Amino acid sequence: MNVLVVVEHDRGELSPATLEALAAARALVGVVHALTLGAAADGRAGELGAHGAAVVHQVHHDLLAAYGPVAWGEAVAQAARSLAAEVVLACGTDRGNEVIAQAAARLDLPFVANCVAIDRDSWEITRVRWGGSLLERCSLAAATKLLTVAHHTFEVLPAPAAGVTNTVAVDLDPSLARTMVVDRVERAAGITLATAPVVVGGGRAVGSAEGFVPLEALAALLGGVVGCSRAVTNNGWRNHTDQVGQTGTRIAPDLYIACGISGAIQHWVGAMASKKILAINTDPEANMVLKADYAVIGDLHQVVPAISAEIIRRRG
Amino acid sequence: MRVLVCVKRVPAPGAKINITADGQAVDTAYLAFTTSPHEECAVEAAVQLVEQHGGESTVLTLGPAEADEQLRYAASIGVNRAVLLPITEHDWDPQRTATALAAAIGEIEARDGAFDVILFGNESADSGNFQVGVRVAHALGRPMVNGAKGIEVDGDAMRVRRDTGAGVEVYELPLPAVVGVKEGINLPRYPTLKGRLASKKAEVVQVVPGAEPGGQRMITLVQAAEQVSQTVILGQGPDAAPAVVDLLQELGVLK
Ligand SMILES: Cc1cc2nc3c(=O)[nH]c(=O)nc-3n(C[C@H](O)[C@H](O)[C@H](O)COP(=O)(O)OP(=O)(O)OC[C@H]3O[C@@H](n4cnc5c(N)ncnc54)[C@H](O)[C@@H]3O)c2cc1C
Ligand SMILES: Nc1ncnc2c1ncn2[C@@H]1O[C@H](COP(=O)(O)O)[C@@H](O)[C@H]1O
Repeated sequence: MNVLVVVEHDRGELSPATLEALAAARALVGVVHALTLGAAADGRAGELGAHGAAVVHQVHHDLLAAYGPVAWGEAVAQAARSLAAEVVLACGTDRGNEVIAQAAARLDLPFVANCVAIDRDSWEITRVRWGGSLLERCSLAAATKLLTVAHHTFEVLPAPAAGVTNTVAVDLDPSLARTMVVDRVERAAGITLATAPVVVGGGRAVGSAEGFVPLEALAALLGGVVGCSRAVTNNGWRNHTDQVGQTGTRIAPDLYIACGISGAIQHWVGAMASKKILAINTDPEANMVLKADYAVIGDLHQVVPAISAEIIRRRG
Repeated sequence: MRVLVCVKRVPAPGAKINITADGQAVDTAYLAFTTSPHEECAVEAAVQLVEQHGGESTVLTLGPAEADEQLRYAASIGVNRAVLLPITEHDWDPQRTATALAAAIGEIEARDGAFDVILFGNESADSGNFQVGVRVAHALGRPMVNGAKGIEVDGDAMRVRRDTGAGVEVYELPLPAVVGVKEGINLPRYPTLKGRLASKKAEVVQVVPGAEPGGQRMITLVQAAEQVSQTVILGQGPDAAPAVVDLLQELGVLK
């Protein structure tokens, strides 16, 4: 079987997710090939070889210099055809899913997104639904199987392989430039919701935008950031960038303090990678309380300031 | 400006998603239904585009007859027309769905004129196939960018902003174009009473879809492994604060 892993990179910088895709591909087949789009990624062949790519196919074209889903998808489709790939695989990131979907549309083939288990004999696949709250078993019938694997599912392991390079020619129409990154704004460095060591989350029970002031204070004392549920963003109390969950951010802090959040499944999938969870809730039967490692049963408006006061008292 | 938005009816589960005995669907016996959050924002974006640039908006769904409810929700916040492609199965696979949507859009455009902008959700909340919008755009020969957190139409071009881990990237698409929208692009308005009443009278056009199944077939739904934990109750009310701070120290988050 001939598996082609589509390498995700930004102007030559490898996305760590690519290494997950290589690990998933190695679980499927002995010999893995990688595909890099744009000359900027040429220097990465060694790194890809170190993670199991026997051959690194390189595509060079002006239209691939910046990321563009349509041109990238077309290049993947053409390379898959010319290399007679039986499986084309990427990691299910925003770009990974987008590029494979574009390739699938162009090849008129099915595409199974966010797989967590693949049986290479029966082609029975288990994939993620509802952002991870539910799984689906499905079958896949296609001459070339197009897949992404769910992010953070396959463990990255070095596996030295040759990483021999090969050039693949593609023919890209200038009209494919219609969707290209034309401008960028880099974010200032600093902790974000996705990377914070502590997240203090507030739900509907916080009651207002001002109600978050004590949560901000606690987060500041712990070097963390504030998160929230969708009930909060829907009410306009906080910006959507603070939302944890299926349609928000997935967090993985050392500690998540969930205040007045019921723990709906769509919130939980965004929070479940937290190492420890402390729930503060008036309802001892709330799902968040039942699933948390620790809980305080009580009114968040009293409990949160009391915790901050105790921290300040101990610090003297 | 003519704007189309594609939405999908999905259940709104609470603490847990239960599966029917035959494993073919989410058990919705006690559940309400909704429009996916990403698509709710797409509907809001459609209404805003027409407010800014004039013209009219249309909402399209492929689903059970009951998906009428989601079309009327869109109408209640200002979408002008609604089209339902009724199916009797639980769901269609993404290739088949995209083929049916593209055919329906082709028919509407042949009759009423091309859409300048077609909006999708970034991914459907239930099946999350991450592809229906991309396939429709390709079938129509239009540029498509997913994951939009900001759109602005200026003349015959659209600027699309999307978040990356490292910042924001900007795309510029010539119209007509297709965009997949992510929640957070706007704050969807609530329907007014007047809007709700008007939506009851809105006309929902039904067109029976025809498309062959694609190569991905669902066998069964499977429950995700549930994380079980013995919750340690640290105390009741503010008196629990010392126990909480002891825990913070133990976990090493109190520097
Ligand atoms: C497709 C889809 C995607 C979704 N995506 C997301 C998502 O990404 N993120 C998300 O968060 N939600 C998401 N939701 C919404 C989700 O289903 C819930 O509606 C939402 O998470 C509820 O928010 P909440 O817990 O703040 O509010 P509620 O469910 O109303 O819970 C409030 C909690 O506060 C407790 N409480 C009340 N008073 C107090 C007090 N004084 N002190 C302490 N506790 C108190 C109550 O016991 C209760 O547990 C999604 C829904 C759908 C259908
Ligand atoms: N049955 C459907 N009817 C209308 N639009 C749909 C349907 N299924 C998916 N879509 C649209 O396509 C987007 C992507 O869906 P998916 O490929 O399932 O993740 C969704 O956010 C919707 O906007």
